[in-house]
Amino acid sequence: MPVAPPATVDETLALLAAGDYVADRSLATALFLALRLGRPLFLEGEAGVGKTEIAKVLARTLRRRLIRLQCYEGLDLSSAVYEWDYARQMLEIRIAEATHAVDRERMEHDLFSERFLVKRPLLQALEPDPAGPPVLLIDELDRTDEPFEAFLLEVLSDFQVTIPEIGPVTAAAPPIVIITSNRTREIHDALKRRCFYAWVDYPDAERELRILHLRVPGVAERLSREVVAFVQKLRARDLFKLPGVTETLDWAQALQALDRVALDAGTVDATLGVLLKYQDDVARIRGAEAEGILREVVEGP
Amino acid sequence: MPGGGRLAENVVRFARTLRAAGLHLGPGRAHGAVTAAAEVGVASREDFYWALHAALVSRADERALFDEAFRLFWREPAGPLAPPPLPGMRVPPPARRDAARRAAEALEAERGGARPPPRVKEVEGVLLAWSDREALRTKDFEQMSAAELAEAERAVSALHLPLRDLPTRRLVSDPRGGRVDPRASLRAALRTGPDAIPLRWRSPRTRPPVVVALCDVSGSMSRYARVALRFLHALGRDRTGVHAFTFGTRLTNVTRQLRSRDPDAALAAVGRAVTDWDGGTRIGSTLREFNLRWSRRLLAQGALVLLVTDGLDRDAGHGLAEEMRRLHRSCRRLVWLNPLLRFAGFEPRASGIRAMLPHVDELRPVHDMESLARLAEALGAPRSRAGGRGRGTTPTARA
Repeated sequence: MPVAPPATVDETLALLAAGDYVADRSLATALFLALRLGRPLFLEGEAGVGKTEIAKVLARTLRRRLIRLQCYEGLDLSSAVYEWDYARQMLEIRIAEATHAVDRERMEHDLFSERFLVKRPLLQALEPDPAGPPVLLIDELDRTDEPFEAFLLEVLSDFQVTIPEIGPVTAAAPPIVIITSNRTREIHDALKRRCFYAWVDYPDAERELRILHLRVPGVAERLSREVVAFVQKLRARDLFKLPGVTETLDWAQALQALDRVALDAGTVDATLGVLLKYQDDVARIRGAEAEGILREVVEGP
Repeated sequence: MPGGGRLAENVVRFARTLRAAGLHLGPGRAHGAVTAAAEVGVASREDFYWALHAALVSRADERALFDEAFRLFWREPAGPLAPPPLPGMRVPPPARRDAARRAAEALEAERGGARPPPRVKEVEGVLLAWSDREALRTKDFEQMSAAELAEAERAVSALHLPLRDLPTRRLVSDPRGGRVDPRASLRAALRTGPDAIPLRWRSPRTRPPVVVALCDVSGSMSRYARVALRFLHALGRDRTGVHAFTFGTRLTNVTRQLRSRDPDAALAAVGRAVTDWDGGTRIGSTLREFNLRWSRRLLAQGALVLLVTDGLDRDAGHGLAEEMRRLHRSCRRLVWLNPLLRFAGFEPRASGIRAMLPHVDELRPVHDMESLARLAEALGAPRSRAGGRGRGTTPTARA
């Protein structure tokens, strides 16, 4: 049975919590509105703050199908919406030839029917689903180019795609659309206008600790507190790429795998590569700076 | 507690205030906000805040402005909500004072007060004869009279820049293309009959590269900066994807100001926006700011970076090499335009210049019309660079 979408902001928070996602109220409000009013949700934020995860959690808790469209430069119709199965079409022509059953009109009709259509994510998302409209995740939209954005605009406003040979395909019920962007470039306003916008920020210490407990169970209490405090302090530094929540979780897992129950300078230096992904940043923090942060973390403010 | 009609009216009024303060929103957004407000209600100030936020904000840098406007607007006695701000509400920190001023101005619905007069000097237009113009081609901008400079600036504005296009991964049909277009081939086969499948071809589409210019406006550069800004304006007039920044002691994004069609109006707007004209230069720290705040947003798509500076750094090149290296690795091509190259015996002696030199793909002079015209040619010509540079640090950067 499909789960009904939440009726209040509190229910939205509860729903996300049920899926092990610790959201703040701003995100829950935007998500609630998007679900309630049937508009796409546009999530922007630094890498690794859990934007993609929202769609996954939503699909899981609402028991819907998750359809993911990973964007990249040069993404085009044939990999985003549909493509004809050329190999099978050619085969069909050859078979028709061999059996001398060539009727030009019929053949054209048959060749471009749904039988030879390869459905890609956007078209899949428009199909009716017994479990209710699926969750369509359009991930890292900033990686595509403007032409694709313009096309998406058309899809998202009518939830309709036109295939010249078949005709328009319209969604009976619009899918739940989650769009994410890492802001490597600004997305056009026309697209954003159709969406509810939420900026996903780094969580505060308390929320990050809760996320850590949920996602990496079994980490020693002291270690998890120190890990979160260390990362929080690191985010106040002037770094090229700040560590996201994903990095915090990775780090905690790494330390767990190393059987650590508390942070020490040697371990921090050895595992800094899990947290920081730019050599400049690693070089800046490693050694004295890391020790300084560690001292603050262990001794408290 | 006002009725729904009253609330809707207030939300629309709020949206109008935000628009006046500079947010990009039309009636569609305002309508979305009214629906969102009705959906969430006013029982909780925080939920109401975030509902309007979700509906009205669409860019990260609008958040501070929204926050300030919300505070001001919904505090008014006419507003339906109680005055005390909610504790624990997260407030985005950047650009607060600026946002506060803009929000307050918009709320007053008055004129924004006296603007500082444009800093770009007015010069009476004097049309020069052709021979004069020839002479101007190789005359240093620094030595030009006001009238000559005006003429040169006009000539720069008339420059057209044929930038070489970059191939994209998108394909278009092209009879001389190198890849088979199966869809078109099949359609053609249906038309000609099944005996043979005539092949149709396609090839990658191209797009103009993004150009990001960083222009030094410090004292030693002031003349060249003006011409360079003209040049950038001319560049942005023909095409999209040109971003311009000025730097002296701080970094200013002047892309929006340069968008005006009229070069004089555009330059006047830049003059108003830039507060560090004719001051000192801190190349290292301004480049650092660019690297941290802008490079990932602007350079991800294989940008060409034009760095217009004489490299004379007040911080004596402190931290400069590191930032240059970062910048170089994040873009497709880094061109340094240096007016000091006009001196025949130019030797990179200043520490700033020495720090920057190893990290540029190309060093070009920009002191007269001749060099600008040659620059335009070079930008259009196929790239010839000895390899050896590793892949960029951004995933989409091409080596």
